[in-house]
Amino acid sequence: MPVIEVTRLHKRYGDLVAVDEVSFAVEAGEIFGVLGPNGAGKTTTVECVAGLRVPDGGGVSVLGLDPRRDAAQLRQRVGVQLQESQLPDQLRVAEALEMYASFYRDPADPAELIERLGLGAKRNTAYKKLSGGQKQRLSIALALVGNPEIAILDELTTGLDPQARRDTWSLIEQVRSSGVTIVLVTHFMEEAERLCDRIAVIDKGRVVALDTPAGLVSSVAPEQRIRFRPSAPIDDRLLTDLPEVSAVQRTGSQVVVTGTGDLLHAVTSVLARNQIVAADLRLEQSTLDDAFVELTGHRPVA
Amino acid sequence: MHAFGQILKIETRLFLRDFGSPLTTVVLPVALLVVFGLVPAARQPEVQFGDLSFIQYFAPSLLVITLAMSAVNILPTVLATYRERGVLRRLATTPASPAALLAAQLLISLATILVSAVLLIAVGRLAFDVPLPRHPLGFTLALLLGTAALLALGLLVAAVARTAKSAQAMAVPLFMAVMFFGGVYVPRFILPDFLVRIGDYTPPGVQALLDSWTGASPHLSHLGIMAVVAMAAGAGAAKLFRWE
Ligand SMILES: Nc1ncnc2c1ncn2[C@@H]1O[C@H](COP(=O)(O)OP(=O)(O)OP(=O)(O)O)[C@@H](O)[C@H]1O
Ligand SMILES: [Mg+2]
Repeated sequence: MPVIEVTRLHKRYGDLVAVDEVSFAVEAGEIFGVLGPNGAGKTTTVECVAGLRVPDGGGVSVLGLDPRRDAAQLRQRVGVQLQESQLPDQLRVAEALEMYASFYRDPADPAELIERLGLGAKRNTAYKKLSGGQKQRLSIALALVGNPEIAILDELTTGLDPQARRDTWSLIEQVRSSGVTIVLVTHFMEEAERLCDRIAVIDKGRVVALDTPAGLVSSVAPEQRIRFRPSAPIDDRLLTDLPEVSAVQRTGSQVVVTGTGDLLHAVTSVLARNQIVAADLRLEQSTLDDAFVELTGHRPVA
Repeated sequence: MHAFGQILKIETRLFLRDFGSPLTTVVLPVALLVVFGLVPAARQPEVQFGDLSFIQYFAPSLLVITLAMSAVNILPTVLATYRERGVLRRLATTPASPAALLAAQLLISLATILVSAVLLIAVGRLAFDVPLPRHPLGFTLALLLGTAALLALGLLVAAVARTAKSAQAMAVPLFMAVMFFGGVYVPRFILPDFLVRIGDYTPPGVQALLDSWTGASPHLSHLGIMAVVAMAAGAGAAKLFRWE
């Protein structure tokens, strides 16, 4: 039973079609990624799910409820981190969390949340004086302070340094393990690969792929690539005769073998049989980056 | 109710923390009253003020400072800033409504105006022999309607302005007009008669405050105009206000 169901969602701004036709379902307890280039319609989509924008067509159901009609109920049960939203300059970290906690029937402990997000030393600091990453963490904390069943996080770790990003990832994993379903809009492939159970890739207002991270990678680019420098001249045919190999190229003294299956084993065995040592051997597998480029024709921004 | 209480508490703290706001709305008017009151001549009845002393004559204008600052300067700027920065939008994702924030801001404005009025009346009475409002009911009514008219205008500015900058750009001329016709920049007895007449009908209606403070009941036409402005601007603001 999915907790979020989006069917044929359509949203225009004047003449501009921001979301053309988007459908997906999010299962309870999963981390669902929404990936796509700038302007693809990710924010518009998740804000329709959060009930902040009114779709021009299609249906959205969250926890079996309608985000607009049942807004009052859903606001208790869904936490939202908006992509662009600030707080008053003089508001302090602890004040913000305590105020937001007071809005919910069964809130998390603000003090504990502050510690968990590494803001303990900043609890009495005014919003204006926080760094970008600290503001971002406060924003995540505010989305979680109501102990939501679903958390919608738009651009979770944009602006965080690598360490803070990893800390945030483990926080999200903790949150998920407590049973919260998470919808994550992101630009970072590494983040999507590490956190998401499934990913919808959105481009120009449409879902162009929906799969697990590994599924996306293998469906788009199943090839692997091996590079090495042979210790002795090698006949290409030795390699091309292997069923796993699809192509062999040379760049300078380097040999690049592309193929599928257990390519590494096949290639190293044939080299060993011919007493050739492979120096600087590297196996390159397609990544989510490659899949992203293939699906959307864009380089990921991160 | 719990949520609204929290919002009111935090917004009040932010108001006080922003030093300039309480200073200009509450401290400045009463400080000016004290400064003028310390000049002996300002405490003598004068014929040109209708046998009132200068500070008696000028006290309603000091109250205009509070009203103008609070209702047409601070209120629209704060609201437009909150909207521009997505504060209202974020609140809309929670069980608390952004309307609660609006209500809290209005309450803070009202409280500020009330505190300043009480301070001016009390300090005037205790320190400088300014009598208490002679027509308490009329004074209360004049203050209420004048406040309502200015708050409605402030809300209208917040509704029409898209950004904090444009709210400022609209609020400043309005603020200056209110201050000028309220006799703050130039005491009204110096102004030509037609400007004084315009001032009678410019929110918050300084003449009605003066009349009811010093003896007469306020003119119905002065009060009526304030009620009309309050309703018209209030209706416009309600129609045009956007949370994002
Ligand atoms: N309020 C709005 N009014 C008009 N156009 C809008 C509005 N919000 C978004 N758009 C347009 O709709 C399209 C989709 O925007 P959206 O914010 O959903 O993209 P996104 O995928 O979240 O992009 P990003 O990665 O940059 O955050 C863009 O072309 C954007 O310019
Ligand atoms: Mg976005």
